[in-house]
Amino acid sequence: MTLDDLLNNTGEWIRCTGPACDIVMSSRVRLARNLANYPFSHWASKKEQETVLWTSKESILSLKKLKDSLFVEIGKLDSIDKQFLVERHLMSKEHMIDAENKGLSVGQDEVISIMINEEDHLRMQVMKSGFNLKEAWQIINDIDAELGNSLDFAYSMDFGYLTACPTNTGTGMRASVMLHLPSLVMTKQIGKVLQAITKLSLTARGLYGEGTEASGNFFQISNQVSLGHKEDDIIDNIDRIIKQIVDHEQSARETLLAQNREALEDRIWRAYGTLKSAHIITSTETIDLLSLARLGVDLGVIKQADRTLINELFVITQPAHLQKLEKKKLSPNQRDVKRAEIIREKLGKQ
Amino acid sequence: MVCNICGKSQATVHLTEIIDEQITELHLCEECAQKKGAQMESHFGLSDLLAGLADLGTQFNKTKTEPKLKCPKCGLTYEDFKKVGRLGCGECYNAFKEALVPLLKRIHGSTQHYGKSPKKIAKIVKAKNELDVLKEKLQKAIQKEDFEEAVKLRDKIRELEKKNNK
Repeated sequence: MTLDDLLNNTGEWIRCTGPACDIVMSSRVRLARNLANYPFSHWASKKEQETVLWTSKESILSLKKLKDSLFVEIGKLDSIDKQFLVERHLMSKEHMIDAENKGLSVGQDEVISIMINEEDHLRMQVMKSGFNLKEAWQIINDIDAELGNSLDFAYSMDFGYLTACPTNTGTGMRASVMLHLPSLVMTKQIGKVLQAITKLSLTARGLYGEGTEASGNFFQISNQVSLGHKEDDIIDNIDRIIKQIVDHEQSARETLLAQNREALEDRIWRAYGTLKSAHIITSTETIDLLSLARLGVDLGVIKQADRTLINELFVITQPAHLQKLEKKKLSPNQRDVKRAEIIREKLGKQ
Repeated sequence: MVCNICGKSQATVHLTEIIDEQITELHLCEECAQKKGAQMESHFGLSDLLAGLADLGTQFNKTKTEPKLKCPKCGLTYEDFKKVGRLGCGECYNAFKEALVPLLKRIHGSTQHYGKSPKKIAKIVKAKNELDVLKEKLQKAIQKEDFEEAVKLRDKIRELEKKNNK
């Protein structure tokens, strides 16, 4: 598999095959692991980083599930390719910086991805479509066990898995779900929901993790605490809370339809109309309008498009994706034109 | 509003700092804000907050932990950790244990891992748990003055300990 193959494929989450995928876009579990006997990435010498990179690569590529996976050295990629991987949620923004000796492995359907020499030596992620944290955890738990056969992880009886940042110590696990909550935003209940979440030691972020704002009504909710609880309990806790949020969103959708059907349909069709006919469109506007279109499809108001198409548009209208599709560098203005063109073309086919 | 530092230019960067529930506001012009340097980088992440929290541990025992806590394995000092919010290697957790325990408690509300462990270590953990259970039972037996039972438990513990040390 090569990096450009990703462009022509769609990740599993885009195809919206998982449970409750009208509201839950994707479920992710990531584990942070470090090799014992080497300093953490930021404190290691170039030579040590290199050893960690090649040792880990060998172990990763010998995993059954990652046999035919894509492996890239981030340092050898140009900035568009790096941005492209971030836009697909396969690696973090941090992984783009000081890219020497950093690696990334991506499995079939983009379900599994492993960053090497990020903040921790290994950051493994499993991303499943819809509301499916348990399966994501099972998959990553197996990978972790299998990697543990060939790699010695830094671990202490007291503190568990040792990580560069003490906020990840213990399980090294972060479980998160990407929620689309337009109705809770419209009915102004979202503030309360987010407030309640923090009280339950969960945290809400925007589309791209730490330090990003929620846009297009997307909220990424994850556990804050990684030490002192079993992995299953952490997952179970998030699972229960997410279930309630999903129910809330569902009933907010029903209320909106029952009490404000015309106004809601008007907003949805105006958004869809703009997407279908705009000739210049920024990425922020695109996300906001696609969010409404997504709601329209979920509610059965829009029948001309399906979730897979809308999900795909979210992904391919991002800056690096546009430039990869066009095979050249585009200025922000050129991108806005190209973006509108692609959306018109894709929606026009319906 | 003019800049709090140079007192000349228009302040465009506004900072709010909360130390011990005391709120301090800082209004800076672009130039002075930039000079203020690394701490104002666009990405104000968790590690920056952590670096502040990291003082927690050392305050308890200033004379003992200062001036130079240093990890014998990787050479990172506690000062380094406070600056970057990241530890240097696994051994740092041991070297800075005294300071890290209150920090971990603050972050996670706990300082003991209950989750999975690497397969190689899992066996040892299992044995350790078994020992803990037996020791607890022994305490109870002694309290109840059930010495017959206590002797049995003591022997079991000795046996297990011998096995674990092998």
